[in-house]
Amino acid sequence: MKPNELNVLVIDENRIRAAIIEDGLRDAGYDQVTVIDVMHGLARRIADLNPDIIVIDLENPNRDMLESMFQLSRAVKRPIAMFVDKSDELSIEAAVEAGVSAYIVDGLKQERVRPILKMAISRFNAFSRLSRELEETRGELENRKVIDRAKGLLMRSRGLSEEAAYALLRRTAMNQNRKIVEIAQSLVTAASLLDPGGTE
Amino acid sequence: MTTRHAITAGFVPLLDSALLVVAREMGFAEAQGIDLTLLRERSWASIRDRLAVRHIDVAHILGPMPIAGNLGLNLPAPEMIVPMALGLGGNAVTVSPALWQAMADHGATADLDARANGAALRAAIAVRTGAPLRFGVVHPYSGHNYELRYWLAASGIDPDRDIEIVVLPPPDMGDALSEGVIDGYCAGEPWNTFGVLRRGGHLATVKAAIWRSSPEKVLGVNARWGAANPEAMAALLVALYQASLWCARPENHAALATLLAQPAYVGHDVDLLLPALDGKLPVGGETVRTIGDFFVPNAKAATFPWKSHALWFYTQMVRWRQIGHTAERQRLAAETYRPDIYRAALKDLGIAMPSVSAKVEGALTVATPVGSSGVLTLGPDGFFDGGRFDPDDVEAYIASQTVG
Repeated sequence: MKPNELNVLVIDENRIRAAIIEDGLRDAGYDQVTVIDVMHGLARRIADLNPDIIVIDLENPNRDMLESMFQLSRAVKRPIAMFVDKSDELSIEAAVEAGVSAYIVDGLKQERVRPILKMAISRFNAFSRLSRELEETRGELENRKVIDRAKGLLMRSRGLSEEAAYALLRRTAMNQNRKIVEIAQSLVTAASLLDPGGTE
Repeated sequence: MTTRHAITAGFVPLLDSALLVVAREMGFAEAQGIDLTLLRERSWASIRDRLAVRHIDVAHILGPMPIAGNLGLNLPAPEMIVPMALGLGGNAVTVSPALWQAMADHGATADLDARANGAALRAAIAVRTGAPLRFGVVHPYSGHNYELRYWLAASGIDPDRDIEIVVLPPPDMGDALSEGVIDGYCAGEPWNTFGVLRRGGHLATVKAAIWRSSPEKVLGVNARWGAANPEAMAALLVALYQASLWCARPENHAALATLLAQPAYVGHDVDLLLPALDGKLPVGGETVRTIGDFFVPNAKAATFPWKSHALWFYTQMVRWRQIGHTAERQRLAAETYRPDIYRAALKDLGIAMPSVSAKVEGALTVATPVGSSGVLTLGPDGFFDGGRFDPDDVEAYIASQTVG
């Protein structure tokens, strides 16, 4: 069986992450990839698709259902948990760490599936790294806004230049062993408390 | 307390995660020098996986799961031990309005009697045409699956031929019921109260009526972690025992429901959580029934990990063909539950504890004081069909079990 003959099913409520996995699989030569991102009627769809391999996000609440289907169902070939080989502890750990789980049809050689899992793990990790970076960028933007408002307050109330206002914030932060954004936030909060209808 | 134990516990957002939540939130863990982190999971599979890779040390887990894991049925489960139970009872069987009507036509009543309502279900199935009824349970290795099957089989219904049993995530069961995907389900709380109050379902019977004072969730411990951290484990058992006492006090129920309603824990409205705590269950329509021992967090040795409970779960795995019986497997199942660790950890609390590690299940028809002090009361613990399980004669019990 060549890679492209394996029927791979990706189940993930996160559409973007699912698309990233699908993309990776297609790049690696897997042509028969199906993505399910709506969990409604999942059991029926899996039975219809009869996949050789299922890649699913670890947090998916349908995993217990999925595992029981494999255990009992006559409708589906008997897929089994990816990690049947206890010696494979490192890859179990890497997968759980990344937040992905996989199931394969009984009888399929583990080696044939390992590249899929490896790819899924690295793409799951890349996805969470991207999400984290996006979050941080958003946070930084927010911080910059707060600092700008605090500078504005100081410039107006104390007649400082922008540079001097920033220097004051920085000096205060250093003296109190806190972050500039924390000092700025306290200032903005205090100003809004003192002057709720304020003009800042 | 100078000793600090950092313990991470996994839980699934269900009412009976209460002991762990209370141990953390009401300061019982801290008082034992434990820094308790709770990790919320959405499936038992992910609890198992995180136990295996040691993201979590211990977990709120289905009573049969650690046994299934130790028997190699549920990979990649780590070797596990159960040094404590997290209460008794707490489940119910909810059915659709249409099925309830069909059952009522054959004599089912809102008193939830397992015998009468089981007979009514059997009669309703006998006259039914078309596809077989479909019932949902939460996991193949669960008290839910086994008690539903026990009830059905003892009512003359073959759980594999006369109906279909499927696994569903509990939060989806109410919707599946109202959409007609399933006709009934056996789940823990708050999902029966949710099904009745929010999705028009009707209770058919309750776990306490099928087998009173029966085992449900337990504290599953990664055996390697337990062996390496005996003091932390013992401290946790003390904290959880104190939490169980707190949960048992009726005056705390409102506060407990409010606590569990937080999004970090069960995350549902207080009105869905309080009925099970008070044992006053909405059964359908406007009817509310008081159910004795619906969920028992502390009384009747509710936290004691009886070997007879482990062995009963094992007999059901055999009964429903999840595993073949051997003496070695029976031994592994019994050794998964560790009353010895429970006794040693709680000995300084001066509480009355069972002096034996296994009992004949179903033998007590009334509440019975045990031990010389008389402080500890066990039972009633009867199966609704009068069945008895003698843990000293597992093979005879297995032989006597029918599957249909």
